[in-house]
Amino acid sequence: MQFALLVYESPEAFAARKSDGTDAYTGAWRAYHKALVESGAYVGGDPLEVPETGTIVRIKEGKRRVQDGPFADTKEQLGGFIIMELPSVDAALDWAARCPTAASGCVEVRPLAPAAKHRIT
Amino acid sequence: MSGSEETHRAIERVARESYGRLVAYLSSHTRDVASAEDALSDALIAALKTWPRDGLPQNPEAWLMTAARRSFIDLVRHRQVVEASESTLVLLSEERNEATLSVEFPDDRLKLLFVCAHPAIDAAMHTPLMLQTVLGLDAARIAGAFLVSPKTMGQRLVRAKTKIRDGGIQFEVPQDRELPARLDAVLEAIYAAFGIGWDDMAGVDQPGRDLAEEAIWLARVLLQLMPREAEVHGLLALMLHCEARRAARRGRDGRFIPLSEQDTEQWSIAFIEEAERHLAEAFESGRMGRFQLEAAIQSVHAERARSGRTDWSAIAMFYEQLIRISPTLGTRTGSAAAIAEANGAAAGLAVLDAIAGEDVSGYQPYWAVRAHLLQRLGKKTEASEAYDRAIGLAEDPAVREFLLQKRG
Repeated sequence: MQFALLVYESPEAFAARKSDGTDAYTGAWRAYHKALVESGAYVGGDPLEVPETGTIVRIKEGKRRVQDGPFADTKEQLGGFIIMELPSVDAALDWAARCPTAASGCVEVRPLAPAAKHRIT
Repeated sequence: MSGSEETHRAIERVARESYGRLVAYLSSHTRDVASAEDALSDALIAALKTWPRDGLPQNPEAWLMTAARRSFIDLVRHRQVVEASESTLVLLSEERNEATLSVEFPDDRLKLLFVCAHPAIDAAMHTPLMLQTVLGLDAARIAGAFLVSPKTMGQRLVRAKTKIRDGGIQFEVPQDRELPARLDAVLEAIYAAFGIGWDDMAGVDQPGRDLAEEAIWLARVLLQLMPREAEVHGLLALMLHCEARRAARRGRDGRFIPLSEQDTEQWSIAFIEEAERHLAEAFESGRMGRFQLEAAIQSVHAERARSGRTDWSAIAMFYEQLIRISPTLGTRTGSAAAIAEANGAAAGLAVLDAIAGEDVSGYQPYWAVRAHLLQRLGKKTEASEAYDRAIGLAEDPAVREFLLQKRG
C-alpha cells in the first residue's frame, strides 16, 4: 500500500536550503533519503520551492482570482513530499518519526487514494 | 498548598497505587476489564467531588473500592451482560458483608498481568494493555509511546478488552508447565515499555519514549507478586542499571553522550546498588535467563564507576551465552560490538558480516556499530556509507547529530 509523507518545514528549515550543504539538517536529510531508498520503500517524491513562490488560482463568478503565497500564517509550510510503498501505516509512521523534519517541523502520513484516482483515469 | 490541591495529590497517589488492584479485583470474576475501568473512573470522579468537601476518608482505597463496586454492579446490570450475573452476585454478597470485607481484598494483579500478555491477545497489544489496566495510563499517552494515533490505540485497546471478555481468557496464574513461557511474555511486555533495546559501545541506544518509570513500577509490582522468580529479578536489575545512567546520557546542551564517554559521577549509585542486589538474588536461584544475562552485561559496564575500566571480554562472554538463548539481531549486534572492543575491530566486523544475511536494512544499531568499526579500520568510504544508513534510520535528533559529527 502506498503512503504520502507530507513534510511541513519551519522557516529555519527552508533557510537551510541556501547553505553549502554541509549543515546538519541537510546531512541528516541526505542520510534519511538514502536509508529510505535502500530499504526499498521509496517510490518517489520531491522538495517543493519555498512557500513564497506559490500561486493559488480560483475561479469565482466566472473570473480568475489569483493569490500569491504563502497562504497561511502557520509557522510550518509544506516543503515537500515522498511517496512510499509499505505494508502498513505503522511502518509509514516509523519512517515519519525518522524524518529529520519531524524534530523541527512536522510530518503528515496519508495513504494514497487509488480508488479516487481510478474514478478519474 | 491549598486544601483542594492537597486532596488532588492524594487522589492521584491513591489512584496510582490502587488502580491496578481495583481493576484486577473487579474484572477477575467477570473478565470485563472495560466495565471495571469505567466503574473505577466513576469512583475517582466521585472522590474528586466529595473528598475536597468532606476531607480524605480514613481508608481512601477502601472508599474507592466501595464506590467502584457499586458503579460496576450498576454498569453490568445496565449492560445486561447475562453471563455476568453470577459474579455480580458475588460482588453483591461482598457488599453486604462490607464489615467483614473491610480493607482487605485479594490482589488479583498477577492474574491481570497474565491476561494482558495472554497468547490469544495480539503480542503488540500486551504492553499497551498492561499500561492501561494496571497503571491507568490513558490511550493518548500510550499511543504517543507506540507511535500510533490516539484514536487507533483506543480502538485497539477496546478490541483487546472485548476479546478478554468474550474470548474465554481465564483470569488465572498459569500452571507450572506453562509458567515459563507465559512469564516470558509478561516480562517481554514490561521490557517493551522500558523501550531501550540495549546500550552499545557506539552509543546508539534507542530513545525510551518516556515510559521507563512506568516499566520499572510494573516490574516492582510483578516482583512483589512473584518474589522468587529469577528472571523477574533479572529484568528489574537490567532496567535499574540502564535507568541509573539516565542523567549521564545527555550533555547540558542536550548533546548525546555514548556510554563509553559518560561521566560515571553522574550515574545513580542507589539504582546501581539496588540492581546489583536483585542480580545477586537472581543468580542465587541457579536458573540463568535472558534478562539476567542482559543485566549482567550492564553490571560489567557499571563496574567502570569503581574500577575506571570496562572488562570487554567478560561482556563478550555474557553475549555469547545470551546468543544461545536469544539470537536476536540486537543481541548479535551487541556481541559484535563487545568482541570488537575485546579482540579488535576486524574481529567485530567479521561477526557483523556473518549477520548480514538477515534483514538488517532497517536496524539502526547494526549500521551504527558497523560504521564505527569501519572507521576504526580506516575504511573511510565504507564507513561513511554505513554512517549514512545509521543517520538515516535514527529517530532521536541528538543521536543523529552525534553520528553526523562522527562521520565527519
